[in-house]
Order: sequence, then structure tokens, then C-alpha cells
Amino acid sequence: MSKFEALAGNEAVATAMRQINPDVVAAYPITPQTSTVQTFANYVADGLVDTEFVTVESEHSAMSACVGASAAGARVMTATSANGLALMWEIVYIAASTRCPIVMGLVNRALSGPINIHCDHSDVMGMRDSGWIILFSENGQEAYDNLIQAVRIAEHPDVLLPVAVCQDGFITSHGMERVEIYEDADVRAFVGEYRPQWSLLDLEHPKTYGPLDFYDYYYEHKRQQVEAMQHAHRVIQEVAEAFNRTFDRDYGLFEPYRLEDAEVAVVVANSTAGTAKVVVDRLREEGLKVGLLKPRVFRPFPAEELAEALAHLKAVAVMDRSISFGAMGNAGPLFLELAAALALRGVRMPMADYVYGLGGRDILPREIESVYRDMLRVAETGQVERMVTYLSVR
Amino acid sequence: MELKTDGYRLDRTLETHAEAEGLRGEIHGRHPMDDLLRTDRLPHIWCPGCGLGTALTCFLSALLRSGLDLDKVAVVSGIGCTGRVAGYVRLDSFHTTHGRAIPFATGLKLGNPELKVVVFSGDGDLVTIGGNHFIHAARRNMDMTVICVNNFNYGMTGGQAGATTPVGGITTTSPYGNYEYPFSISALAAASGAVYVARWTVLHARRLERSIVEALLKPGFSLVEVIAPCPTGFGRRNRLRQGLDAMHYYHEHGVIQHGADPVKTDIELEGPVIEGKFVDGEKPTFLEQYRRQLDRLRGA
Repeated sequence: MSKFEALAGNEAVATAMRQINPDVVAAYPITPQTSTVQTFANYVADGLVDTEFVTVESEHSAMSACVGASAAGARVMTATSANGLALMWEIVYIAASTRCPIVMGLVNRALSGPINIHCDHSDVMGMRDSGWIILFSENGQEAYDNLIQAVRIAEHPDVLLPVAVCQDGFITSHGMERVEIYEDADVRAFVGEYRPQWSLLDLEHPKTYGPLDFYDYYYEHKRQQVEAMQHAHRVIQEVAEAFNRTFDRDYGLFEPYRLEDAEVAVVVANSTAGTAKVVVDRLREEGLKVGLLKPRVFRPFPAEELAEALAHLKAVAVMDRSISFGAMGNAGPLFLELAAALALRGVRMPMADYVYGLGGRDILPREIESVYRDMLRVAETGQVERMVTYLSVR
Repeated sequence: MELKTDGYRLDRTLETHAEAEGLRGEIHGRHPMDDLLRTDRLPHIWCPGCGLGTALTCFLSALLRSGLDLDKVAVVSGIGCTGRVAGYVRLDSFHTTHGRAIPFATGLKLGNPELKVVVFSGDGDLVTIGGNHFIHAARRNMDMTVICVNNFNYGMTGGQAGATTPVGGITTTSPYGNYEYPFSISALAAASGAVYVARWTVLHARRLERSIVEALLKPGFSLVEVIAPCPTGFGRRNRLRQGLDAMHYYHEHGVIQHGADPVKTDIELEGPVIEGKFVDGEKPTFLEQYRRQLDRLRGA
């Protein structure tokens, strides 16, 4: 029997970590991730997990220790935010390219500078080309569910890639909500035992990780990472189906909300999607045909499915919680990639980007409503006045 | 049109900030050090019982007593509670990223060798995540004064274990008691080549101030380690619930031993806190070495 608990998002993630019972956790404190690892440290202290837990001296060391432990054949987890992720940078790429199925709780926070500890997505957007699988979570429940699925996705023999599970710093990481926690035994059965194929501790078959790899094979190894990402696209859906069957959920590549008969939609990830659903309901009461698409899987980017899901719309707005400085129109990364995905598949419609909530600036229902009203106008005229709008900037 | 918000107003954040700004004049009176502080950044974030206020006051008094030209003093901090100092002092200052105050300061000094560069940061910042830079700046005898406030944990993020947490110390990431050996910051500096090393608790404020003056006037890499209470993060979990408890502890356990062998200055969870001036030597600084080598190569 599952049970419902009042948990902050970080506690929900720590609970998933306890149930998964990883072999090694290496982490360094950074706001707003800290309570994940602190809560997990209590589980270590209480003997509820068998994990070797190490409080390393920096995030660079945390990710390095994770790669070492993973290469040794361990199931490995860590958690971080913003500058912590940035300090891991070198090893973030190495984790993916040495095919270490590490799972990371990433509590999204604005990347310095100036220094800011509140939510935006500038941290995760920086790692989008690093070779990690990236999942978004609207709330604590989704962060918990995604973390459990992440283990199976990462360790799938066709994938063997690290996975980052994102949730919004403070907004959901510290916001207490009702979270359904499944039976420990059910979660453990779902994630199963990790059976590494190329463990460094296999003394009969010695291995080397990370040797020099020049023009002879480097290119082929990169090509293999592409293949792993292609497999991940399928595996993520298979794992979601299994998860949905076991725990009665409805995960896919993304979540459509009142999208089917909509004429105008907003695409927005993480916690703001929750706020946007309220706005959709409100506008639907007025008889306006509006909907929402909440991306769950950002890497690998499900371009084809997204294009199909949005093809019937008259106009679509993307809400980006980060900026790709100097990119086309100084827009956000989600907009740019979605616009390319639609255009290449011949899906033509007016699109606009709304950058919002940088550095934790509140995003209010009325602001999201203004986005919908803009797009309803655009749907009528077929004209986008401004490609990129910076919502509620002073 | 207003959305239904169940009676909550959602857009209060900015208004609340504005109100707080208006009240500042009323809640913040004058302080003798106000001329050296950015009072518009006050009240500060430090908890009741924290030792940082004393450490900062000692630093500012020392700065005045040192006779240094304040227009040529720059303060660099990293991340953490102590890291806030760079934002509070009315001097040229740089609030850098976590652990990197010393390399920023190195660049600052090399970019403008006329500056007196002071690094003011915490133990988590300077000797845990930034430990590598600390030993290398000392090794080079880089011209800077490092004031390292040691409260034995990462206070700002909620009291986690770091490289200075004593064996047995309870923190939020070592609820079972820390079992890793800690660094002695003073020993680390001395072993790495610092020409001036002193340690004081914040109880010994006059001596601390005097040491900071000496350190500021010392060419090369000087370190002053300041032992400070962190009742919120560390103390309350380790039988020093109040700042005052820590002060009593320093009073009872502080042992002044000038010239003590830095290797023998480890601070345990319970036991003496050896303080004093441990190292006061002379050797050419980084810049002197650099200029000497240039002269040699030019055949001067």
C-alpha cells in the first residue's frame, strides 16, 4: 500500500533515494539542493540505507567520485544546483561520455552572476549538450516519480547514460505538498538490481576507463553516445509505461493539458506548468479554447511527438525560464529548439517566446493569462508582434 | 480582471521589499564603524550569537590602526556567511564564487600591485572547496592577507560538515558524528609557506585586532585564523547552544601559546584551543621573486 505524506520536493527526492538505496552518494552542500542530501544523511545515520555517503570538498569532487564509483560498478546518485552544477562541468561531460548511469537530483537555480539563489533554468540549460538525459518535474510528486524512473532509464543496457531530474528551486524543492509514497519493496522491485556490464571491480576482465582517444576512435565513441540517446527516447517511454502500470500514473514524453481541442497553447516546463493549468481552466470557463503542453523529457528532445501534438494549433507560446544570450532574438532555449522542430516538420504557425521568472522573480497567474490573451490575438490576426517578450521585467 | 486566488494576494514580494527599505532608517542606528560599512546593506544576515560581527569589527579597527590608505585596500570574499563581508565594507570589494576568493585576489594584486588585497572568507570557502588555491597562494608567498573565519561547518547552507569539522562533530550531513580528520587551517598555511600565521578566538578581540594589523603590514602571504561561534549551524548540535556558551568555552579552553608548533594546533571537539602568533618570518614575496627573476634575465 502506498501512503500519502506531506513532503517538500527535496524530501520527496530524498525519500526516493532511500527507497532506491544507491551504493554511493557523493555530494556537496548548495542552496536549494541542501535539504535533499541532509535528509538523506539522516537515512544513512539511521541505518535505513546501505549507501556509502561521502561529503566531498566540492561539486567537482562530487561528480568525480560519482564517476569513479559508477565505473567500479556501483549504483550512484548525487544532487546539486546552479553553481554546483557549473563547478561539476568538466566531469558532467565525462560522466556521459564514459557512459556512467549516474542519477542526479537537480534543483534548478539561477546561475551566477550576480549571485542569486532562487529559481530559474539557466543551470540545466547549460548542460543540454553534455550528453545527459534531462527530465523536468512540475512538483514533488513528479520529482519523486521521475527519480525512480531515472534509475531504470540510466542503467538500461541500451542507454547507459546519466540522468538529471529537475525541479524548481524553493518553489517545489521547499514547498510542502501531498506526495504519494509507494511501498519500499515496490520501488525496489521496480528499479531492480544494477548489474554493471563493464565493472572495474571485475578482476577476471580488467577494464580501462577514460584513456586517450584521438582521431582513431573518439568520433566513433561520440557516435555511440548519439545511439544511446536514440535508444533513450524509446527506453524512457517503456519505463514510463511500466511505471504507469505499476503505480497507476500517466507519464509520457510530455503532458498535454486540455490541448486536444485547443486553438492556442503555452509550452512551459516545471512548476509554472502547474500555475498555467489554473489559468487554462479559468480561461476555459470563458469559453476560450486554450491548452497547455508541459515537457517532461528535454533530452533526448522528442521533436516529432511535440510537432504532432502541437500541429493543430493556431498559435503557440513558449515560456522560457532562461535566456540563450546571443541566440536568434535572444530567445530562450526551449523556444528555439521547439521552433526548429516544428519548422523542420512543416508545422507552420505563429510562435512567440516569453522569458519569465529569472532569478526567482514571481510568475503570477495574470501574467500567464496575458500570454494566452496575446496568443489568442495572434491566432486571429496570424501576426506575431514581438518574437520574444521578457515578462514582468522592470 | 482578477483571477481567483482564494483570498491570497500573490504580488506582495516586491511591495514587502519596498516597505523594508523605508523602515531601514528607523531600525538601524549609528555605529562607530558606520563610515567603513555600506549601511544601506544593513541589517546584516548574521544570526544572534555569531562571531562574524566581532571579526569584522576587529578587521575594520585594525585597518584604521594600520594606517593603510583605504583607497588602496580591496576586500575579496567567497561564498558563505563570512563571504558577505565583501558586500558590507565600504571599500573596493569583490564577492566572488565559492572557493575562488584567493585566485580572484591573486589576479587583482597582479593587475594592480599597489593595492593591499585582503581576502575575508570562511573555512568552508577557503580551505574546503577552495583549499587548493589556499595552499598555492601560500606556497607562492602571494602578497595578500587572508582572514579566515573558522566556525567548523558550512553555516549558510544550514550547518553541513566540512574540512574543519572536528571528529565527532554533529552536523546536518554528519548526524552520526563526523569521522573524517579535519584540517588545522593555521598548520596548513604554515606548512604551505605562509610568512605570518596567527589564530585567535573572537573572545580575544584585542589580540585579534593586533594580529590583523601585523598581518596587514606584512609583505607576502599572511593568515589570521579567527575561531568563531556558529550557534545556529554548529553550536546547538555540539553543546554550545548559545554564542555566549562558545565564549565561555573559549575563555576556559583558550590557551595562548605564541610560537607554538603549528602542527600541534589541531582543534578537537573538546580540548584546548591553542591561540597566538605561530609564524612571523621573512622571505621574498611572489612579486619580489618575479621582479628579481626579470632583472636576472635582463642582466641587470
